[in-house]
Amino acid sequence: MKNELNISFPSKLINVQTSRAILIGFLAELDLPMSVINELKTALSEAVTNAIVHGYNNDESCVVSLYFSYDDFSIKMIVEDKGVGIENIDAAKEPLFSTKFDEERAGLGFTIMEVFTDSLQIDSVLGSGTKVTMIKNYAS
Amino acid sequence: MGLSVQMAIKKNRLVIRLDGELDQSNVEELKKKVCNIIKKYSIVNLVFNFENLSFMDSTGIGFIIGRYGEIKRKGGSIVICSMNNTIKKVFNISGLKRICNVANDEVSADKILGVIA
Repeated sequence: MKNELNISFPSKLINVQTSRAILIGFLAELDLPMSVINELKTALSEAVTNAIVHGYNNDESCVVSLYFSYDDFSIKMIVEDKGVGIENIDAAKEPLFSTKFDEERAGLGFTIMEVFTDSLQIDSVLGSGTKVTMIKNYAS
Repeated sequence: MGLSVQMAIKKNRLVIRLDGELDQSNVEELKKKVCNIIKKYSIVNLVFNFENLSFMDSTGIGFIIGRYGEIKRKGGSIVICSMNNTIKKVFNISGLKRICNVANDEVSADKILGVIA
């Protein structure tokens, strides 16, 4: 079984919810355990929130792109923004690191993505954007 | 989808019952509502009832840490009850259990606060 989906939306926070709803619809065919779906939803929510809040500094006039795909073994989610980029990816991945603590951000986004998926790759170029690729294996 | 909040003041605590999904799109509104009540009624202890909260990402963790910062000066405590499995996992990753108590339900949460506050 294989499928894929490409979608882009404006960088509005309401679309954090939208992206989760799209993911649930996309995965419906796979009949996954609830725990797997919930972990994917959480990881996606973190990545999309990061794209809007950090990548675009809450500027709603930009574009976030999603790519979802699955095969018989794994699910892939890519979240991409054309925002400011990450200066130091290793620092950003540190649990509790945040550039926006004054806004009550916990600094756990990448940690949650890492724990809730099997593979996390972050490609970022300062000034041109960030691409987060997550893979979760679901079949034995 | 979305989030609704119901609050009740019981003796020495504010009980905050969340229903729906908590993320960055609705946390500011929630923060405003909760902070208003905390200030207005000089609340010291908080009980978060997550029984009907179906989804929460790390935004919720930031929100709880922020509220902890408000009440700890007054010697207050936080109890979180009825978390679903995925939210519990987020909670465990966050290390929040060092500053919050966890209960299975609101009755147990009340008992914890009855003892420690």
